[in-house]
Amino acid sequence: MTESTVAGMAGMKAEEKEIKLPEQITGGEALLRCLIEEGVDTVFGYPGGAIMPIYDKLLNFSGSIRHILTRHEQGAAHAAQGYAMVTGKPGVCFATSGPGATNLITGIANAYLDSVPVVFITAQVVSNLIGTDAFQETDIIGISMPVTKWNCQVKRPEDIPSTIARAFYIATTGRPGPVLIDITKDAQAGKLNFSYSKCTYIRSYNPYKPLRMKEIESAAILINHAEKPLILAGHGVLIAKAEKELLEFAEKTGIPVALTLMGLSAFPTGHRLYAGFLGMHGNVGPNKLTNEADVIIAIGMRFDDRVTGNLKKYAGNARIIHIEIDEAEINKNVNVDIEINNDAREVLQKLIPLVNPASHERWIREFRICDKAEYDTVIKPEIKPVSGPVKMGEVVNMVSELTNGDAVIVTDVGQNQMSAARYYRFINPGSLVTSGGMGTMGFGLPAAVGAKTGAPGKQVVAFLGDGGLQMTIQELGTILHFNIAVKIVLLNNFFLGMVRQWQDMFFEKRYASTELVNPDFIKIAEGYHIPGKRVSAREDLKDALKEMLECPGPYLLEVLVEKEGTVLPMVEPGASVSDVKLIK
Amino acid sequence: MIKKEFTLSIFTEDHIGILNQITIILTRRQINIESITASESAVKGVQLITLAVKTSDEMIRKVARQIEKIIDVIKVFVHTSEEIVYQEIALFKMSTKSLLSGNTVDHLVRSHNVRFIEITPEYMVIEKTGHKSEIVRLLNELEPFGVLQYVRSGRVAITRQVKEFHAYLMEMDGAMRTAKDDYGMQVRQ
Repeated sequence: MTESTVAGMAGMKAEEKEIKLPEQITGGEALLRCLIEEGVDTVFGYPGGAIMPIYDKLLNFSGSIRHILTRHEQGAAHAAQGYAMVTGKPGVCFATSGPGATNLITGIANAYLDSVPVVFITAQVVSNLIGTDAFQETDIIGISMPVTKWNCQVKRPEDIPSTIARAFYIATTGRPGPVLIDITKDAQAGKLNFSYSKCTYIRSYNPYKPLRMKEIESAAILINHAEKPLILAGHGVLIAKAEKELLEFAEKTGIPVALTLMGLSAFPTGHRLYAGFLGMHGNVGPNKLTNEADVIIAIGMRFDDRVTGNLKKYAGNARIIHIEIDEAEINKNVNVDIEINNDAREVLQKLIPLVNPASHERWIREFRICDKAEYDTVIKPEIKPVSGPVKMGEVVNMVSELTNGDAVIVTDVGQNQMSAARYYRFINPGSLVTSGGMGTMGFGLPAAVGAKTGAPGKQVVAFLGDGGLQMTIQELGTILHFNIAVKIVLLNNFFLGMVRQWQDMFFEKRYASTELVNPDFIKIAEGYHIPGKRVSAREDLKDALKEMLECPGPYLLEVLVEKEGTVLPMVEPGASVSDVKLIK
Repeated sequence: MIKKEFTLSIFTEDHIGILNQITIILTRRQINIESITASESAVKGVQLITLAVKTSDEMIRKVARQIEKIIDVIKVFVHTSEEIVYQEIALFKMSTKSLLSGNTVDHLVRSHNVRFIEITPEYMVIEKTGHKSEIVRLLNELEPFGVLQYVRSGRVAITRQVKEFHAYLMEMDGAMRTAKDDYGMQVRQ
């Protein structure tokens, strides 16, 4: 052996030493490191037997990952969704196997229908016990399949990083949605050589479609020749962060903009081109005039039945342009003339230079005529009543005034939700957190926990009904535990209000199981050390709301509202949108 | 609603649970599966699921898009019966004695083009390949002799279109690929 070869070998040894060997860590730790790599700093969850190896490692990461322990897994799921909706980041939610996992299902389905990215991590029993009906074993992959964008079971620790990378990629790209990763206890405890790289490509899934200019050009021609064009904008605008483009497009073309429930806050409520809120309890103008429009530009919305009413009598005079990222939504409910299967923002950016500046003053006047009728018949008596019991609309309106439209509004489902959607004047995109597609009662309180956690600097106001609050009331414990400063406005009418309204209108006022015997909510809040107050008199309302908003921590304000109030206008089930009713 | 017969050729990644995801979509839309076959495709690692269903033009379009939306589904092709060459296979078990009289065997071979797979003194196994209608016609003829067992496979189909799946795959691959990765695609010769 010559000297030079010895030196060469020594050199090689030195180089070898510099190569960093991957670290051996447990699957549980690997999961947490993956989350940190994906920019996650908050997790909502609930521990249990099978997920203990992950929670054990969580203690070591308390400096970088904040874990919010909810009081029920459903609460964790909704909170993760609320967090995702206000931050624009994917929510993350942990639950154990069996009942922990099944308790998530309502929350997963809710996120699925409203296209919200949430990464659910469930634990599974040890892999050799799967399929044996072991203790707390459930087929969560099978159960969650129809309500997740993607799901996957991991049985080997070395598969954790690549699966988590895929999960985040799938959840957040294209039409976002919830994904579920089920990790066996042995995969959590077993060791692997950790390394992480983000997923940027999946052969069978392409969220980035090439822009096809031909369709966009055809759309521009249609728009430039329209006399009564109408924009219907939905959640897709918010998800694509296309609010600025929407505003620019509307202002250039002079086309009025109507918003779906999930699209609220995508266009400034006070803008002169704002046509209103669409759907069953939406405004008269956009509902009625949908059937007058000659061109409809639907952007990031999916023609839900609550928006369209009777499909046979929907938009009969209109040629429809559908800008939608999810191809399966195009021609699903409504047959369209031009389909543009792409991201709302990218399409609008290309469309804006192709459309001519225009104004449609006569057409817009038709909306204002509808607005006037609605204001006189419904809105004014709802938000500025002079006598009688307090109305939901007036409470929402007052909160809107006191917060200048700057708060994040969270709602439950039913009359409280429709009142909040109708009467809060949103100024910031993404400032409404509500359960649209699923209509999940009990969503409000935990979603508010998530929203406030995601937007600690914002005033977060939750409008809840007495029914919905009691479905997830245990989350007051989470609010206490983590001092989450949500402002809860309980609109108490001692009824399941929306169902009661339907019984009143369509079931001969037969109030089957809709009247509630309620506890003393203020005492309950007190038990959780949450300050609260009950008001029933109109003259006390403003001061009580101010006190609530000024309180530094959480607060529950119970407002005793009109017992048998009716949310109007209404497109009755099976009716056409043009038959929107102003009176019962 | 006029119902027609459609064949869906669904190319998927080879993952557990795909079939379940597909059938969930058909179940929700109340579409009955007439036949189903799953096998590996000409592209290594890609599974091909062939489904025959009866539904309307409009519904098949919606359903195909929903199936294609499944993350692990690569591509869905919808075909009417004219656009494909397809076959089904059936096996019949008959008692040997029942078929030996007259020229029954001769007739079966000549007019139905059947094959005898196994013949024992007790029973024979007959194979028939063709369209469902041909197989059912044979079944009807055999029934008087006493059919001991009968089984028919799902449909297998080859498309008449010129552009093959791997061409689509390469196109998609090219359009989608943003970063080089280790996904090698092999097409069988």
